[in-house]
Parts: sequence; structure tokens; C-alpha cells
Amino acid sequence: MITAERKPLEELIEFVRPFKRILLVGCNECVTVCSAGGRKEVGLLASGLKMALLQSGNTIEIREHTLERQCDPEYIDELLPMIDGVDAVMSMACGCGVQEVARRYKNMPVFPAVNTKFMGASERPGVWAERCQGCGNCLLGVTGGICPIARCSKRLMNGPCGGSVTGKCEISQDVDCAWQLIWDRLKELGLEDQYLKIIPAKDWRTAGGGGPRKIIREDLTA
Amino acid sequence: MKTESKLEKVFASGNLAVTSECGPPRGSLPNHVREKGKYLEGVVDAINVTDNQTAMVRMSSLAASVLLKQEGLNPLLQMVTRDRNRLAMQADIIGAYALGIDTMLCLSGDHTQFGDHPMAANVHDIDSIQLIQMVKAMRDEGKFQGGADIKGPPKMFIGAAANPFADPFELRVLRLAKKIAAGADFIQTQCIFNVDKFEKWMEQVRAHGLHKKCYIMAGVTPMKSVGAGRYMKNKVPGMDVPQELVDRMGAVPKEKQPEEGIAICVETIERLKKIEGVAGFHIMAIDWEEKVKEIVDRAGLLPRPQV
Repeated sequence: MITAERKPLEELIEFVRPFKRILLVGCNECVTVCSAGGRKEVGLLASGLKMALLQSGNTIEIREHTLERQCDPEYIDELLPMIDGVDAVMSMACGCGVQEVARRYKNMPVFPAVNTKFMGASERPGVWAERCQGCGNCLLGVTGGICPIARCSKRLMNGPCGGSVTGKCEISQDVDCAWQLIWDRLKELGLEDQYLKIIPAKDWRTAGGGGPRKIIREDLTA
Repeated sequence: MKTESKLEKVFASGNLAVTSECGPPRGSLPNHVREKGKYLEGVVDAINVTDNQTAMVRMSSLAASVLLKQEGLNPLLQMVTRDRNRLAMQADIIGAYALGIDTMLCLSGDHTQFGDHPMAANVHDIDSIQLIQMVKAMRDEGKFQGGADIKGPPKMFIGAAANPFADPFELRVLRLAKKIAAGADFIQTQCIFNVDKFEKWMEQVRAHGLHKKCYIMAGVTPMKSVGAGRYMKNKVPGMDVPQELVDRMGAVPKEKQPEEGIAICVETIERLKKIEGVAGFHIMAIDWEEKVKEIVDRAGLLPRPQV
């Protein structure tokens, strides 16, 4: 999923301070799963903002709504009746959702309520960790199912640097050495020889080096 | 011979090669480089010039290498993949060669987190092994990575690093094998304090026949004090300093510790000389260049061969 974390309340207060009436929009997808911008967080943030502004003598009306999916135009249209009469929109979706709202409602200021972090997985309750950087040319088939691009601090594609110690990365005891994980798994699978193959320099065009990326599926385009 | 590199010639002559290093200054004063270089004149076959080591901004490796070259010294250009993409690296490689630098070391570099610019982007367009491949293709095929011909290919003697002490241990020799397959002509190892463990690593190196495919220089570092020993033991990831060496440093009074550190370093070299497959020594006397001559001399490695 795409993970996100809510921005500090102080930053959000400054966004909305000039306005009398805003629409706060959550998303029922990834940000709900990582407890950053779903229905529940929309309710909490709305009360938080109102209370904080009230303390400084300001009042604000906040309309709350959570879309099924904020990165999809067909759901964003749903906001039309609610957006009428508000001064600004605050989105609790990832950056994709924020931009889709901004694209659809051209005259409306749109502010992000979360910082979009990474594509990751839940390691245990309350902990999410990066797993994929969307390089556009997946290496997982030759690296034992563990991504060195997303999970090695130096993005090394051909083995561990000299700072790998007892399975941990040199930058922190909290970071596993991706290459230790890869090696352990290759061994388990009896694929040690796989390691000896040099992974050549990567073509980063598929990772964004070729400019903003787009997928066009001719079979689906109308 | 693949190149005109003096280091390659020393290896080819069958002599044990000796290199040391010079960390460029954090500023633009050229004399700093010249003074450090002076200590190494006639003492080593090549001088590694580090590239923003420990992820701190310093005078560029290329500029400092040229300053050494102007003094008649023989620089060994270090290049890390952390700070530049492949365009910038290839540009510097041909630029360096145009300025008379024919030997280089390909590294990934310390993570920015360890330096004073932790906010900087880590580039890592390519990794150290891919850098080796790139330099080799520039030299042997006369091609840029993009496929175009190079007018005047840089005939670089290609070095790489190896750390026998990091984990996973069983991967350490395989990673070396990969570097050699990529095109490394010589290797400089991480500082060796734990000679027993290094011997085990070299056993595997020989079992794979890797010592016949490239020149392996054993890295050594003199400890300045018991504090420095403890720091390397406890704080530097991938360093292996046995407790007995720290104790030995601690057993002598503070003012005698530098001398003890030098003695340990010389003894280490003597032990390493006996290991089959060791082709030379890389002496990393960090900010202690003035002691390199004494170490090389006491280790019986002077005078340096004229090649």
C-alpha cells in the first residue's frame, strides 16, 4: 500500500486559518489501512482543528467526507454537492488523491493533511516498512524476493557493503541489511549461484528518469 | 600490462606494492595536500586520494590528485557512487586520465548519514561493481556506457575494496569474486587487525583462485591511542579489532601509545607478508601521514622498487 503520516496539527492549522469553511476529505483506501487519512482520522482531525482554532478565538466550519477512492475521478465527482460554499479543501489522501481533487476542482485551494511516505507493508500492528520504490523493472525474481533498491540504504544491486554487521545495516540497528536477507533466502532456496550473476547498471528511465511515468492500456482506453 | 599505471608495474615486477592515503582538506588550501603528499614521497607506490570520505565535503579527489601529480607524486583516484551519476563519473574518469591519472579505486562510499550533510540525496545511480564494469568498458572497449565511442579511452588500472570482516562472512569472498569478474585489477582491503580472521578469508580466496586473478593489498592502520582502538572496535561498522590489541594499547602509558600502535602495525604487516596471495599493503594512517615512512621502513619495504 501507499503509506502516509498525518502532518503536525500546527502546520495544518496554518493552512486553514484564513478560511471560514472547509471540506475535509478522507480516502477509504491505503491511508485508511495505515490509519492516516480514513473516516476515523477525518473525524479526529476535524475536531482537533476546530478546537485549536477556537482556542485562538477563530471558528471554522468543517464538512467531513471520506471517498471510496480519492485517486479515481469517478469518486471525486461525489464531492460536487459538498464543495459548493467551502473556501478550501483539505485532503487526507496520499499525494495522488490530493492532486486529483485539485485537478477536478480548479478554483479551489487544496491542502494536503498527510505526508505521503512510501510503498510498504505492515510488519506488525502499528509498524509499516518500505518495500518497493516502483522502479518499473522488477528485480525481485533474481534477488530472492527481497528488493535491494527499496531496502538497501545504498541501493546496492550486487551484494552487501562493508558495513553489514550481524544482519543489520550500518546506518541503524533498526534496519535489516537487505543483502543479508537476500542471501539467507537464496540459501534457503538453494539458489546461492544466483548471487554470482552481476546485475548490470540499471536503466532508470522506467523509474522516473525518463520523466513522469504513465501506463497506457490500449485495450482499456475508450 | 593493461595500463601505464606505476602500481600495475610494481605488481607485475613481483614486488610487494605499498600504497597509503591522503584525505583532501575541507577547504581550498592546496598546501595542505602538498604537505601531506611530501611525507609519502618515495615511501609508497601510489597515494589514494579519498572522495568525500565519511560523507563530508572535501576538496574533490580529482583536484587533490592533480595537486599531488604536480608534486611528482603518484595519485590513486578514489571514486564513490554516492555523490554522482554515471554521466558525472565518466566525465571525471576521462578528465582524470587526461590529467595523467591512471589508477583508480571504485567504491560505493559511506552513507550520507555518517557525514555532515545527512540531508543530501544519495545518488547511487550505479553501485561499486557496476562502476568497475563501466571503467573496464571505457578502458577495454573504448565505450561510454551509453554506447558511444570514446576518443582516447582512459587506460585506468582498476581497484576495488573488500571487507573480510563484515557479514555475511560466507558472502565476502563471493562478493570479491564478483568484483573481479566485473573487472577489478587490484583490491585494497579494510583495515586488518584480526589477522586470524583475515587468514581464513584468504584461505577461501585461494580456494576460489581469486589471488591469481587480481592483486590483493592487505589494508592496515596504525592505532594512535587506546581510545582510537576502542572507537574502531565499537563504533565503526564492519571493523574487527580484537580485544587483546586494545588491551595491549591500554597497557602502555598514554605517551607511549602511538609507538605501540606503530609496533602493532609493523608486526601485522610481518604476519600478513607470510600469507600466500597478499600482493602488497595499503597503509591507512588517517591524519598521521608522517608516520607512514617509519612503518614502511620498519616493515622492510623500503626502498620502493624503481619500475
